[in-house]
Amino acid sequence: MRPLTDEETKIFFEKLTKYIGENVRLLIDRPDGAYCFRLHRDRVFYISEKLLKHAVSIDRDNLVSIGTCFGKFTKTRKFRLHITALDYLAPYAQYKIWLKPTAEQQFVYGNHIMKSGLGRISESTAKYQGVVVYNMADIPLGFGVAAKATSECRHAEPMAIVCFHQADVGEYIRAEDTLVG
Amino acid sequence: MGRKGNFVEKTPSGPGRKAKKQKPPTLPDHLKEAKEPRETLGRRSQKRAAKRSAVKAGTATRKKPVKKNKAVPDESLDSEGMSDDDGERKQLFDDGDSDSMGGQSEDDEPLDDNFKGSSGDSSDDDEEELPIEKKSKQLKLKKKQEDELGEKELLMNIQQSEKYTLPSGEEIEKELLLPPDLTILKSRIKEVVGVLSDFTIKREEGRDRVEYLDQLRRDLCSYYSYNDFLMGAFMETFPLGELIDFLEANETPRPMTIRTNTLKTRRRDLAQALINRGVNLDPIGKWSKVGLVIYNSQVPVGATPEYLAGHYILQGASSFLPVMALAPQEGDKVLDMSAAPGGKTSHIAALMKNTGMLFANDANPDRAKAVVGNLHRLGVTNAVVMTYDGKVLPKMSRGYNRVLLDAPCSGTGVISKDPSAKTSKDSKDINRCSHLQKELILAAIDCADEGGYIVYSTCSVLVQENEWVVDYALKKRHVKVVDTGLEFGREGFPRFQKLVFHPSVKLCRRFYPHTHNMDGFFVAKLKKISNNIPSTAEEIEEEEPAEEKNSNDSDDDTSAKSRRMKRKKGSKANDSNNKNSNPKIKKGSDAKHEKANGVAKTGIVKKKVGNLKKKVLGKQMKGPIKQRK
Repeated sequence: MRPLTDEETKIFFEKLTKYIGENVRLLIDRPDGAYCFRLHRDRVFYISEKLLKHAVSIDRDNLVSIGTCFGKFTKTRKFRLHITALDYLAPYAQYKIWLKPTAEQQFVYGNHIMKSGLGRISESTAKYQGVVVYNMADIPLGFGVAAKATSECRHAEPMAIVCFHQADVGEYIRAEDTLVG
Repeated sequence: MGRKGNFVEKTPSGPGRKAKKQKPPTLPDHLKEAKEPRETLGRRSQKRAAKRSAVKAGTATRKKPVKKNKAVPDESLDSEGMSDDDGERKQLFDDGDSDSMGGQSEDDEPLDDNFKGSSGDSSDDDEEELPIEKKSKQLKLKKKQEDELGEKELLMNIQQSEKYTLPSGEEIEKELLLPPDLTILKSRIKEVVGVLSDFTIKREEGRDRVEYLDQLRRDLCSYYSYNDFLMGAFMETFPLGELIDFLEANETPRPMTIRTNTLKTRRRDLAQALINRGVNLDPIGKWSKVGLVIYNSQVPVGATPEYLAGHYILQGASSFLPVMALAPQEGDKVLDMSAAPGGKTSHIAALMKNTGMLFANDANPDRAKAVVGNLHRLGVTNAVVMTYDGKVLPKMSRGYNRVLLDAPCSGTGVISKDPSAKTSKDSKDINRCSHLQKELILAAIDCADEGGYIVYSTCSVLVQENEWVVDYALKKRHVKVVDTGLEFGREGFPRFQKLVFHPSVKLCRRFYPHTHNMDGFFVAKLKKISNNIPSTAEEIEEEEPAEEKNSNDSDDDTSAKSRRMKRKKGSKANDSNNKNSNPKIKKGSDAKHEKANGVAKTGIVKKKVGNLKKKVLGKQMKGPIKQRK
């Protein structure tokens, strides 16, 4: 387990900023203690410093996960955000999409969102902006990337894709093995 | 075919070919249906009338009670219309008298034909009894005899069932060859249990209890498909009445239960949301504020959006219990030694409200992944997941406030979930499990802090994996059993066959599928008193917590002392089964010995705390020895 290098930190924060903007700061300076990010087997974990102190004594081979896993760095050093980060992104999300009940199932199975399934979208969402997807009961379902800006969405056809799927809660069942491993 | 089709057939007449076709058959007179009823009474009716008058006079004997519709057949015999035939037939069935058509009353089909025929016959014999009536009388006599025989047999049977006979050796061998007949087995099981419950009265002469028990075991094994070893173990663990209930309960699954994740939602809100989806549920009971039992559901419970959002987890009701016993407080440092698939770990985190530190360990890396998945889904942020072999954990880290050990076991309590355990568990498996559990519980105790709590739980009902392991821990480490805090459940066994355990084992709790409607479970809560390891296996020397500071000084002395004491006392029963280390008894004698050996040190003398419940904290025992009771 090691801290992130500068480059890695830059890539990681850039990715996060796409979804929560400047609130990234809030993730690090929290009222209930300092939290930090650590890298273990190419995965980025978010833990409090208190926990970190106790976790450093564990062998690298035997440690599976600490705190919350946010995502992993791919072989080409790009950062991929996992669904496990949803709990932290959802409260700070700047741009949101709400899905109709009929489209919930589709998204949770890993499909992109079409205009026909779009319930609401927050104002002034830019094109290719990272968004957090909710259902009508305000339960976060995952994240995605807006395929069209809000203004474009209004004029889109029902079958047009308005949001690309990035991660959804269905992965807890579908992709349990690869979440952390 | 026109609208006005004329379908009346005209019989061809005249010299043509068609006129020569065969005409419809003409019936002889005696088969023809009569068009008019005869006015005079027929022979039978005359006979009946004669009999009636005889009865009134008191001469005739009646064989069976007269039914109501006797009035019907007076004319019906002669009027041979269909409806009257029915009445006659009914009369035949109702009235078993010789008046009716005797033997024919039992046949349905040939009734019509014989009816006509016999009426023809009856017209022949006037004065004598009809042959049919003779026959019916004979049949009635036969029936009476049979009834009497039956009653006698019934009496005989009752007497016989008082003394149930076991099948002999030959019969048993024969049965082994044939495929098992379930009804016979079931009835025999009932009989043998009945005999065993009232053995002195109901026993058969010359057969002893062991033979009955053997027979019962064989029957139960083949009826419920268990292997011999496991059935023997159950027969030792449960009294007979409960045994059958337990085996029956293992055949049916327990109800599905879920636990609300209090980190993300409340039970009320979750119940509402699930009901809206079409799930039929109820709170699990008074003993839990987070459990819900699911009766049936229109949607798959493990795939609702609420499940995916981490609002609940599917968990057996018995799995709530060890965590409730552990009672982790906010800010604690907790270790879960055998965490997969993560239900109990997440429960601990929920109770701690994501404060403190939670270490989840599982020896199997694949199952550890499941722990990670569940923890992330349920929003647990203060957890570290590791894959160590539980036995080496004390070397890695110590100083946990609470430790949970949900030990790997033989699974005899969850047979309803996994029926293969019925036949696959052998005495070797049980011994292996037991050995592993003993090692793990010692490791758990070593990981814990002084004054920390350890909860040991298994999903098994066998004593070798439960009370024996706890007793082993009591001997090997300085711990004591405390109350689990669970309001229900059976007490642990302080004694089992030839084994005698420490009496505090009664504070452990056992749960059974047939009494509590949850999986078989065992929960024990231990409190670590100190890090000292008792010097021998025979005695447990307990000391007050205050003396721990000086314990290092007096350690050598006391070990020497204890050795001397042992030599003086001679060998106490070195039997490993002697677990009767009641400190009260020992304390008195040891203290005396100490005095006798001139042990009175200025300084600390190791004392035995007579009463486990009394603890004097923060006192240093210097000076004269005080005998405490």
